[in-house]
Amino acid sequence: MPPAIRVSQVVKRYGALTALDGVDLEIAQGEFFGLLGPNGAGKTTLISALAGLVRADAGTLSVMGHDVVSDYRAARRLLGVVPQELVFDPFFTVRETLRFQSGYFGIRGNEAWIEEILEALDLKGKADVNMRRLSGGMKRRVLVGQALVHRPPVIVLDEPTAGVDVELRQSLWAFIRRLNRDGHTIVLTTHYLEEAESLCSRIAMLKQGRVIALDSTANLLARFSGPTLAVRLPEGAVLPEELAAHGHPAEGGLVRFALSGWGEVETILAALRRSGVTPLDMELAKPDLEQVFMGMMQGAR
Amino acid sequence: MIGFRTLLHKELLRFWKVSFQTVAAPVLTALLYLLVFSHALEDHVRVYTDVSYTAFLVPGLVMMSVLQNAFANSSSSLIQGKVGGGIVFVLLPPISYREFYLAYVLAAVVRGIVVGLGVLAVTLWFADLRLAAPLWIVVFSLLGGAVLGSLGVIAGIWADKFDQIAAFQNFIIMPLTFLSGVFYSIHSLPPFWQEVSRFNPVFYLIDGFRHGFFGVSDVSPWMSLSVACACLLVLAVATLALLRSGYKLRA
Repeated sequence: MPPAIRVSQVVKRYGALTALDGVDLEIAQGEFFGLLGPNGAGKTTLISALAGLVRADAGTLSVMGHDVVSDYRAARRLLGVVPQELVFDPFFTVRETLRFQSGYFGIRGNEAWIEEILEALDLKGKADVNMRRLSGGMKRRVLVGQALVHRPPVIVLDEPTAGVDVELRQSLWAFIRRLNRDGHTIVLTTHYLEEAESLCSRIAMLKQGRVIALDSTANLLARFSGPTLAVRLPEGAVLPEELAAHGHPAEGGLVRFALSGWGEVETILAALRRSGVTPLDMELAKPDLEQVFMGMMQGAR
Repeated sequence: MIGFRTLLHKELLRFWKVSFQTVAAPVLTALLYLLVFSHALEDHVRVYTDVSYTAFLVPGLVMMSVLQNAFANSSSSLIQGKVGGGIVFVLLPPISYREFYLAYVLAAVVRGIVVGLGVLAVTLWFADLRLAAPLWIVVFSLLGGAVLGSLGVIAGIWADKFDQIAAFQNFIIMPLTFLSGVFYSIHSLPPFWQEVSRFNPVFYLIDGFRHGFFGVSDVSPWMSLSVACACLLVLAVATLALLRSGYKLRA
């Protein structure tokens, strides 16, 4: 079984700027994969190279084993891309837009699937409305629909929830999750790290055109982040000696402890009790991707 | 094949949905040219002995409309797609370069001919036209539309903004069509300009087209046919090479 996506040694330069600097990546079929990185890290360039919208200067990319240059027709048939920009064809209605997109992929009589897409993306009521008259969120949903008309096994979404309200975001993710359960490989870029954390099983972090981390989400969290306990102490209270080295002052008068496990919470609270300090406030934080992300981006500077 | 047919259908709908601007407007423009020029020149210019100036002018205006609108169709579709970003929808699917080229050029030919027929319909009333050799009319309108449609694809690929298309149109297409014998026979020009006109491919398109109506022309229609075919061949090869290289569209 070929990987859904294989990227090997891909380089792309724009004049003096190196957008992709030897990227290697392999995504297995059926994965829910996250591609993270700050603006300008090369995420969109990588997706564009995969979709044939950009030619790599060196290296090769393939979709389900089909090279995106030499075997572009097969590769494109297997790939659905939701572009980042809110683009649309102003001459047509939602339904026409989806029908045309089907036709471009060589599919005729796709009405049943188009209906299903309209239903799943909550666009039924707008099916015969001109694209120009849709709100941003609706245009975004049409873009998702356009990427799915040919039932591609590999779906790439470039920041699909940018500018989309919370309710819609939830229903969009429910739909994408369903596609993933049905066997579609999903590749996602997003700025919302909590989205990536809850959805993606594996994550690559890109910085300045290089992959600086590539691992399962759980491993990344375990390696670069951990649970924390933060307590707010009463005015004038002093940390007991045994904790002083361990706690770090944090924002809002909190003292934060990095925990090696949840059991450590009790040890810390016991030490506070022994020294007669009663915390005013307390919060527990699970490991999160934001910490990992910030750490990686600063560390790799 | 379905991909190609869909793209062609989309390109046709694109101009047809705004036909007031893409068909009616150029027909009106041509009609104005006819009214002004025939009024001013009818009694002063006679190109062929048994053809009135107005009758001479009509095929020229028809062909000029075919050419300009064929160019406008492919170039504006591509530049709109590029500026608005909607071009990705035709770049992402597995449409081959040939299909892509053919769809844009065919749509351009259709738009050119639709406008040409419109011009013919409204100007017919003003002039007595003959149909000496209708096959030439068909051949040259198809070829002319395809030549300018191809140029439109090239311009659309090359340009990054609307003004660059406008510049291409104003500084290349307009002079080529105006200085090609739409309004006059090149035999009425001084020898030097006659020679220059012979390097203008649009001259052959219009001259051959006019031959279909009157059975007379400045050069043999076979000569015009050869030039038109050669131009189309060169442009088609060049456009396909551009598309294959990914120039600008897939940079």
